Order: sequence, then C-alpha cells, then structure tokens
Amino acid sequence: MSDATKKEDWTKPAAMAIPKEGYFKVEQGRYGPTFPKTPANYGFTIIAKIKPGREAAIREYGKKIEQTIRDLPDGLAVLKLHYLRWVLFDIGKDTHFMYQGIFDTDFDKYTEDAVALFGKYGINTVFENLEGFPEDWKTNAQSFVKFVREHQRPSFLEYGEYPYVSAEEIKKALRLKAAFSDALDQMQ
Amino acid sequence: MLEFDDIQHILITRVPALTGRYEFLSFKSAAAGRDWLAAISEKVQSAAQVRAGPTQDARWVTVACTWNGLRALGLDEKSLASFPEEFKQGMAARAEMLGDTGPNAPAQWAGGLASTDLHAIAILFAKDAAERGRCQAEHEKLLAKAKGVEVLSSLDLEATPPFDYAHDHFGYRDRLSQPVIEGSGEEPTPGSGAPLKPGEFILGYPDEDGPPANQPQPAVLSKNGSYMAYRRLEEHVGKFRDFLREHGKTPEEQELLAAKLMGRWRSGAPLVLAPDKDDPALGADPKRNNDFNYKEMDPHGYAVPLGSHIRRMNPRDTAANINRRRMIRRGATYGPPLPEGAPDDGVERGIAAFVICASLVRQFEFAQNVWINDRNFHELGNERDPIIGTQDGTLEFKIPKRPVRRKITGLPAFTTVRGGAYFFLPGLKALRYLASLGKGAA
Repeated sequence: MSDATKKEDWTKPAAMAIPKEGYFKVEQGRYGPTFPKTPANYGFTIIAKIKPGREAAIREYGKKIEQTIRDLPDGLAVLKLHYLRWVLFDIGKDTHFMYQGIFDTDFDKYTEDAVALFGKYGINTVFENLEGFPEDWKTNAQSFVKFVREHQRPSFLEYGEYPYVSAEEIKKALRLKAAFSDALDQMQ
Repeated sequence: MLEFDDIQHILITRVPALTGRYEFLSFKSAAAGRDWLAAISEKVQSAAQVRAGPTQDARWVTVACTWNGLRALGLDEKSLASFPEEFKQGMAARAEMLGDTGPNAPAQWAGGLASTDLHAIAILFAKDAAERGRCQAEHEKLLAKAKGVEVLSSLDLEATPPFDYAHDHFGYRDRLSQPVIEGSGEEPTPGSGAPLKPGEFILGYPDEDGPPANQPQPAVLSKNGSYMAYRRLEEHVGKFRDFLREHGKTPEEQELLAAKLMGRWRSGAPLVLAPDKDDPALGADPKRNNDFNYKEMDPHGYAVPLGSHIRRMNPRDTAANINRRRMIRRGATYGPPLPEGAPDDGVERGIAAFVICASLVRQFEFAQNVWINDRNFHELGNERDPIIGTQDGTLEFKIPKRPVRRKITGLPAFTTVRGGAYFFLPGLKALRYLASLGKGAA
C-alpha cells in the first residue's frame, strides 16, 4: 500500500487487490484500523439490514437529501467526497441498505464531523431504519461510529481510471480550464 | 449549577504561579496508594476555594490518575471497564495515531511516562521557588509515611523571563485563546465565541450535543471530573532561531517568518489584524487580540497561512463541529531560557502542558490526529503543524503571497515529544471515594 501511494500517478490507471481484513498492515486511527488509500481513494461500503416495512421511508429520504443539498451545496464539504451511493436490495425476504462513499481522507479522521452532519441534514433518519442502529446516537456519536465500523465491508479490489486524484484537484483543474477558456475569449 | 466546591481548581481557574513541579508516581500496593491519596486530597483545592481567594494562596495542588493507577488503587473491574477505550489504553499505546513516532516515540520518552507503572500525577503550581521547595519537602515527608508510593520522575517548571506575560521558549505569547465554560461566570474575550456547555470539559454535565454519554461508573466518578492529556514538548530553540536566520535576511523578515509559522507575531498580535507589521499593544490587549475570524477576514491565508499553528489548532469559523473540538490548556514552561544570540546548549527546555477535555478521542486525539498531523489538512498536501506537528524533514510549509506563494521545503522539527500520558482528573468526592476503596462499604 505504502509503495503504491508513493507513486501516485494520475496518468496511469491502476487497480489494487486488498487483503480480506481490508488493510495491508494495521494502522490505527482513533476508532480502529484505518483503511488504505487505493487508486479509488478512500471509501466505505456500509451494508445493513433494514427494519421490516421501512423501504418507503428510506426512499422518501432520498428526496429530502436531494433538497437539502440543493439548498446548501457546501453542506457536506467537510467529508471531502467524490461520490455517495445509496442502494436498496433484497436478499431472500429481507431488504438491505448499502451506503457507499468515495472520498479523499480516511474516514476515521472526520467521523464525528460526519455524524454531526448526518444529524443536521437528515441522513440519520435513514440509519434509524436499519436494524441494530443505536437509539442514543444523537447524544452518543461513538455509538454511531461503532455501528458504521461494524457494518463496513472492505473492498477486495478497487480501480481508478485517474488514480489517487482528489476531488479538490479535479475542481481546481476544471476551474482553471474555465478561467483559461475565459482568458482566451477575452483575447479575441 | 456547576459544583465548584467539588471540581478541582485546574479545570476552572488559571493560578498566578511562576514555578511548579510535576511528580509522577507509582503505587506499589493499593493500600499505600490510598493512604497517599487520602493525605494529598486534603491539599487539593477546589475551584470554589481558589476563586474565593487566589491571591492569598501561594501553592495550588492537583491530583490525577492513569487507568492503571485506578486499577492499582483497587477499583473494581466493572468500574474500570466503564472508562473510555482510549483512556484505558493510555497515550503511549495510541502513539502511532497521535504521530508520536521516530524521536517522539514512547520508547524515547523521559521519566518512565510510557510505563504501565505510571499511576498518578501530583501537580504543584507555586508562587515562587521558595514555596515550591517548601511544598516539595512536605510531599517528601508525606511519601516517606506512605511507604510503597514511589516517585518515577519529576519535572520542575519555571516561567521564562520576562515574567510580565506568559510565553514559551520560542518567545510566543501564550494563553490567548481559551474556551469559556457556560456557568463559570467568566466572560469570553471578543472573538472567542460563546461559552460552551460544561459537559465539553466537565463530566456529568450536558455537552453541546445534549445529555452526557459514556460516563464512568459508579456515579461518584462520573461527576465533576475530566480527562487530561499530558504533553512534555521539548522546544529546540537553537534550531528554531537558526531556521529563522536561514530563511529571513533581516530581523524584520525573521520576525515575519516566525509570525507566519504561528499565525501571530511573537507579541501575540494576530496576523489577521496586523498582517504586515507587529503591533505589541494589540498583542497585549485581550479585548482585541483574539477578535478575528478566517472565513471573511482571511479566506486564502494571505495573512495567516492555512497551515500555521493557530489556524490548525483552532480553525474558528472554517471548521465543522468546532464546539465539540475545544480544549482547556494548562501548564507551564520548563528548563532554563536560552539567551538571545547564544548557541544551543543541548539543555532540554520546553512546555509541559495539559489538555483538559471530556472526551480524549473526540477532542485531544482529533486535534492531534487531524488538525496537527493530517498532511492534507485544508488541502495542503504535504504539511503538518510547523510548530508541534510530527516533522521529519520531508514536509513543507506554504506561505500564501501574491503573485506567487512562498514554499519552504524540508521543514525541521522544532519540538520533540519527550513524554505524555492520559489522566483522569476526579472531582474531590471522587478522590475521597478512590482513597477509601476497600474500606468496608466499597
């Protein structure tokens, strides 16, 4: 892992196979081992069973979060995200919830900030539909963190077409491109 | 609402001490530990006592225990298990995450602080050296009586001259930005934010999120106590001055560079309010010296670099969840001052300080792991805190400037962690409870 991160080259697509534990060597974060940076940056995949009959409620919250982000585009900035995906799927008679994120900092660093944001923007209510979610999470961020870590499923393979590039770098490049294009227009 | 008569004074008040001494203790038997604790508890002042007449006192005593110390005193397993995981593990076990690696690693620490034999600390702040000497002798007598309590090590504290204001060995004015606890009766200085809920710092009270969670048991231990992260940080003054000379041609340039590393001039004047020239009157004025923000007043860091010490340790309006990350700092300098112009004499000098908070993992460890040592804090890419971050000569420090920023590469380590520990700072009733363990009722 450390060798790969030293040679972060965005021009060269890369794949990384990851051991079963989810990390190559144990590096402790505040709440347990941290998962490595891969060509697809940092990320998590949280999978949990939903409480029976809660599917509609979960889907409804999709709209709520859409509206929240429309009103507050910088709302999740602290999480340094690229993408989030919320998925519902069935195994037998049970419906499961998968929450996948790709971001630029190891999750442990900002966990409590994430928990606070979830509370603020209503993501919490999605989690409240999951089995085993701690009821006192609002006043006990650590119980939330514990739930997330217990339901994290590490990848065994990750791939990046432009590996290791942060969202901030991408946004900077696009801003620069826009500014440059504007500068060229001004010189016509 | 705050029980000032049960809260150890260090949590609420800063005392007018010029010297002090920390003694790090080990209990060879539970009985000896309890005897010592019972005796020393009588010397520990509550916040109420110190607030009633701090000027008449000449010495101030604080006592705190490690998790191993609580066990050594005979606290039962159920109660021991109720303490937070990071406190149970102790600072040395959390070294990698805290950035205490290489020369900062626990294996290099002084005074037996990384040892599981470290059980308690007695903190003495004293008005002057004579009073310290007297108290030290008194404590020796007490220890002689409580056979089986061993002093692992001690550290004498000395304020650095000039004594008219607090500053470290590098010359930076200290104690400028402290959170205020709601209900403490203190008024925050302008720019310091509203008072915070007591539960952020004192166990057993509501915190910024609501009622307290994860409190130690039994109930007597869960009220009016706190946690303390101790850090003994050596300051390499010679190396620091060499660095300023190497990167600044004139004394003015050197002062500006020192200010850029910190985010304040050494006088304390904040760069946001005095970006080009030092303003010592501003630095000394508590009504003005903390009255600034970053988001509106300096978003790009042209005054205060994004990676400077104060912008990392308290990002103010540019951090999420900031009210859950604040800490109370207490402590002092140790070692002799290095005279200006003198070459480094190899004598250890630095800061020996306590970070006090209700949750070590959420407050102290977050600050250490993210604000100080996240290389990509504020998208900086390859930086850590220039003053107290884990530096190995491979990182840089960027100073935003028009038209082109200045980048200093190969930043040396100006400080080294020489020791540290996590302590539980019990309330006074809790101290007495611990001292009476094993006696009938318990």
